[in-house]
Amino acid sequence: MPEDQQQPERLDVDAILAEPGTRIVVCCGSGGVGKTTTAAALALRAAEVHGRRTVVLTIDPARRLAQALGLSALDNNPKQVKLEGTAAAGGELHAMMLDMKRTFDEVVLTHTDPKRAEEIFANPFYQAMSSTFSGTQEYMAMEKLGQLRSRDEWDLIVVDTPPSRSALDFLDAPQRLARFLDGRMLRLLMAPARAGGRSMFNLVTASFGVFSRAVQKILGAQLLTDLSGFVAALDSTFGGFRERAEQTYRILQDRETAFLVVAAPEPDAIREAGYFAGRLAEQRMPLHGLILNRVHRIAAPELSPEQSLAAAAELDVEGGSPLTADALRVHAALAEQVVREAEVSARFTVHHPGVPVVPVAAQPADVHDLDGLRAIGTSLAG
Amino acid sequence: MTGKGGTGKTTVAAALALALAGNGRRTLLVEVEGRQGIAQLFDTEPLPYAERRIATTADGSEVRALAVDPEEALLEYLDMFYKLGMAGRALRKLGAIDFATTIAPGLRDILLTGKVKEATTRTEGGRRVYEAVILDAPPTGRIGRFLNVTAEAARLARVGPIKNQSEGVAAILRSPMTAVHVVTLLEEMPVQETADAIAELSALKISVGNIIINGSQPPLLTEGRVTQAELKRGLVAAGLPADRETVAGLRTEAEAHLTRRAVEEGLRDELKALGRPVVELPSLAGGVDRAGLSTLADTLRQRGPGADTLG
Repeated sequence: MPEDQQQPERLDVDAILAEPGTRIVVCCGSGGVGKTTTAAALALRAAEVHGRRTVVLTIDPARRLAQALGLSALDNNPKQVKLEGTAAAGGELHAMMLDMKRTFDEVVLTHTDPKRAEEIFANPFYQAMSSTFSGTQEYMAMEKLGQLRSRDEWDLIVVDTPPSRSALDFLDAPQRLARFLDGRMLRLLMAPARAGGRSMFNLVTASFGVFSRAVQKILGAQLLTDLSGFVAALDSTFGGFRERAEQTYRILQDRETAFLVVAAPEPDAIREAGYFAGRLAEQRMPLHGLILNRVHRIAAPELSPEQSLAAAAELDVEGGSPLTADALRVHAALAEQVVREAEVSARFTVHHPGVPVVPVAAQPADVHDLDGLRAIGTSLAG
Repeated sequence: MTGKGGTGKTTVAAALALALAGNGRRTLLVEVEGRQGIAQLFDTEPLPYAERRIATTADGSEVRALAVDPEEALLEYLDMFYKLGMAGRALRKLGAIDFATTIAPGLRDILLTGKVKEATTRTEGGRRVYEAVILDAPPTGRIGRFLNVTAEAARLARVGPIKNQSEGVAAILRSPMTAVHVVTLLEEMPVQETADAIAELSALKISVGNIIINGSQPPLLTEGRVTQAELKRGLVAAGLPADRETVAGLRTEAEAHLTRRAVEEGLRDELKALGRPVVELPSLAGGVDRAGLSTLADTLRQRGPGADTLG
């Protein structure tokens, strides 16, 4: 790594967690970088060290992490996590795991009468959409965040984000879903089922007629009936998905929200983190920094990797110190990894020089209890 | 090829495509998630919706790649049955195609898997065009739903060509022609998801091929205990600095290594207990480049799915 490489500012996690004006912390990043664990560790630290009444919304935690938080199954309501008197005054930790389908059901129930809701639940399109639409998880995570925020029961909400295929999904899905449910296309398609074909007469183009017939032929008339039933029901109950999505969007852009991008020092994760940072800036979302998880460190800096490998080979020939030879090889491999990681991480800072970064040391074993989360929290705070 | 996000399934899929090509036999590497992961891996321009040569083996056999775009697949499909011509493009402008592939995720998956079926069964002069088709499939969390096309189709379309199409795809996916390989790392979440995906696929009667452990690292230290006294002696014997910090640091590193390896050993046992052949691919220190892919391909050819299931 060149000596003159720009060093990023260090991200001050404690300042974010302690600031009463911070009401929402969103952890985003690609899958497999420890996002959920980071979110849990941040929330625990906010409660224990900064005395904040905190709730953490997890999406898909590892089973043992969920158990550590006292979450045994998908549970759509926050449950208090027992902290055994260690929390600072006023500090509490609540945790919940997002149940996408139930959140969707709740949205329906809040906005319609039980009879109508039953019809919607029975519709095959609702079933497909509430469980499989590629943006539903993202959308429901945001919906849940909106709900938690409007209850105003917590000082701080920490959100884990779904392991999206790409950064785009998480930011775009809510609007995409809203656009879709609100959409011109649905209206076009649904028009004959509604106003006796009048709006259809006004709007339709020749090719759309072809499309509509093609859809009928390929998918069958039953499907169109189901679809029109679904849309009609939604339309009368929701009063504009777009509006809800835009509201969530505004919350995310507000200064009360802090985005933290989580990554690991690996090429794919760093590329995705860079992409995320770019998108957040584009959308004027408040990005506060990058949390670089699983960063390796050497504990014996006196020994260079070349020197260690040469000495290990020498000890092999001499015999008598096999263990030291092995330990030196471990050290050399680690030192090389540290160099690789630094090179990869520097790519982020080259493209986003203004974004503060904090490294979190790699843990030899996965974290499964509150003590482990505490240790990560300490490491995060530097 | 499936696996939790971040396990390197695109890399392994590409390596398998290389492993199965050779002796003039051509393979096709397909991606369906619009990520352009193959193009990134081979460091080329984004792939169009067309089969392009992406690599050549030592003996000149081709690996081709295809990025299936659901919109294009729908247009192609509509065109095949309804001769849309210009109207197709107009529909796209209207957003109709985006709409149709969005409204029913099942429809999208049928179109994507349908394209894979078409390529797999395509013949030229009485011979299969491709020796093998390797699909870089959606991750473990969505693989069951993605491959269970009949159920999705039945839910949405009870009659018509889509239903027939999905039945054709389902038959191929459940035939001995298909095997789903699961890529994992020796980390908790990927292993958990591997177990979940295998259970799900087995319940759907879709055959699971190999479990492929990616990024496997050899144990560098096999002894159980590392004492400072012993390290100090060794360092002195090697003429290296043997101050307290260095000795303690070396011991800390060795212990972390042992802990990590013990965790990995436990996860490896969990994977073996799943009852599928397990193949390990070495961690590529130099990153994934063409040479690295060849190394992985060699391993797969000798010990992995390249040796039995598909070859």
